[in-house]
Amino acid sequence: MSTLLPPKFGPYGGRFVPETLMPALIELEQAFVDAQKDKVFRNEFEGLLASFVGRPTPLTYAKRLSEKLGGAQIYLKREDLAHTGAHKINNALGQALLVKRMGKKRVVAETGAGQHGVASATAAALLGLECVVYMGSVDIARQEPNVFRMKLLGAEVRPVESGTKTLKDAINEAIRDWVTNVRDTHYLLGSALGPHPYPTIVREFQSVIGIEAREQMLRDAGRLPDTVIACVGGGSNAIGVFSGFVDDEQVELIGVEAGGSGIASGKHAARFGDASKARVGVIHGTRTYVLQDEDGQIAETHSVSAGLDYAAVGPEHAMMRDNERAFYTSATDVEALDAFQTLCHTEGIIPALESSHAVAEVIKRAPTMKKDQVILVNLSGRGDKDLNTVIKELGTNL
Amino acid sequence: MNRIENAFKNKPIFMPYFPLGYPNLDTSIDVIETLAKNGADLIEVGISFSDPLADGPVIQKATQIALEQGITVKKSLAAIAELRNRGVTIPLILMGYFNPMLAYGLEKFIQDAKEAGADGFIVPDLPPEEAGEFQSLVGDLPLIQMLAPTSPNERMESIARNAKGFIYLVSVTGVTGARTSISDGLGDLIARVREHTSAKVCVGFGIGTPEQAKQVGLLADGVIVGSACVKTIGSSEKPVEAAKQFAAEFRSALQELKK
Ligand SMILES: Cc1ncc(COP(=O)(O)O)c(C=O)c1O
Repeated sequence: MSTLLPPKFGPYGGRFVPETLMPALIELEQAFVDAQKDKVFRNEFEGLLASFVGRPTPLTYAKRLSEKLGGAQIYLKREDLAHTGAHKINNALGQALLVKRMGKKRVVAETGAGQHGVASATAAALLGLECVVYMGSVDIARQEPNVFRMKLLGAEVRPVESGTKTLKDAINEAIRDWVTNVRDTHYLLGSALGPHPYPTIVREFQSVIGIEAREQMLRDAGRLPDTVIACVGGGSNAIGVFSGFVDDEQVELIGVEAGGSGIASGKHAARFGDASKARVGVIHGTRTYVLQDEDGQIAETHSVSAGLDYAAVGPEHAMMRDNERAFYTSATDVEALDAFQTLCHTEGIIPALESSHAVAEVIKRAPTMKKDQVILVNLSGRGDKDLNTVIKELGTNL
Repeated sequence: MNRIENAFKNKPIFMPYFPLGYPNLDTSIDVIETLAKNGADLIEVGISFSDPLADGPVIQKATQIALEQGITVKKSLAAIAELRNRGVTIPLILMGYFNPMLAYGLEKFIQDAKEAGADGFIVPDLPPEEAGEFQSLVGDLPLIQMLAPTSPNERMESIARNAKGFIYLVSVTGVTGARTSISDGLGDLIARVREHTSAKVCVGFGIGTPEQAKQVGLLADGVIVGSACVKTIGSSEKPVEAAKQFAAEFRSALQELKK
């Protein structure tokens, strides 16, 4: 029972799912491999990325932020300008096209911040698929605008009340729906997570970020960046931008996890940052670093940004961390909120709270670098969806 | 003859599932003892996990309560030893998700389970592709393989070829939980499995009443009853008495089929 594509990233990844789903994963892998070789499929995908998503997304030189920080020159990859407001649409469209190819009619998706739910609902509307989105009731409350958007786009949003009522539980429910309806339903997984072949498929559909950014850096800055920074929830925007530079050994790759209220508080989602709670385990079909208690029960996580609030990290990141091709750090809620405001004021860009974690790392790192050095930061999404949260968090400070 | 083979001497067998720690540890041990002494031929003893993605609402809720009550893998294994002390002689199969076993330490988990008196393992999120490490450590205790209605013939054949103990056939595409009726295709599904294996075939997921158990018992070597067992016993004021009655009813429904 061999696979067409490597199912593991070193010791991580794999397919830890009930037997009922194994045939669907095998079918998906086959469909993906065939599609990648099919010019018609690639043309259709690339065509939609251009005409519907608005790709290539721009690369913006952040002049005032660079000056303010007084160190490295900072460039922003503007996934916030992709249709629907985040990188999630790249993967959602790619998978939705695969769904058509497999002859399935219905997709289920999980969502945390609502961005992947919106992207899935959008792709489903565009391609005429039925779409059900599972979302934890805690996330529904903090990302309300996206709930309305999904509904307007014709998706059914099903609140999840089990467990911690956040992304982890939304994934559980999406998988349960998928197990039940697997013959005509595709699970449109939104991050570089889950059982093989999802981490590979999602990386490939998000690799457009890195491919474009590399070309744009060479064009605009005349050189590759010294450092590439991205936030890491499940890891899809990070793996997408990293993949463009992974073969350029001199380029340093930095992933930023959610530090929540601080690592010491225990209230965070820093899978790589908290050795007391993160161990290699298996959750949602993949073997990777997982925040858990001593008994192997998955831990509650916390982040101001719903999209980073998850107990596990994509398996390819686990491998890249072990082999030190990438380095991982975290930003706290407070640091992210500060970075959010800084970017608003200096560049006229309202970033998603997820992306603000990457910006927070830029703020820490740029001043320590020389003026002729270059940082590329992936601005994974825009912050309109977060306004309620930000107003609440900042109170009268706004 | 090992305990599992012995249990299959008179088929079809009755195999209830019950999670340790629900509604609390002491009661769950009493319930399992009672099931064992009143007609269960084999018991699937549940080890709880925070994210049981193959389970429907009844088992989700029960295992959640078990966790809130403080159940752990260690306590679960001690409970198996306690059940053996109380003279439970039927096979006890540990059923749980992979992560808590990994966290305990896989080798130690299997060793301690063996010492406690467990007879095998069912791990729903460990398909054969990922079971290598477990299989290499498990020795003569079976890691029960699962088949599903979606399994194509070639998979059935390769999985069934290596089956030990018995095959756990999932009767429906879906999560655990009682259904109002037995799926029409079950007869064909069992026949398809039997084409590929002479192993014992036990059917689970969706069986809720003694009548349904009988229907399935006509076709299969064993009938697995999970959610209905958990719900009936868990919602009773007197769980131990409910367990006694539950086991007796299913036992008598299957009794006339036994041979
Ligand atoms: C804007 C944005 N960035 C980042 C993420 C985190 O996901 P990932 O790590 O897969 O990119 C999300 C998830 O919802 C998001 O909406």
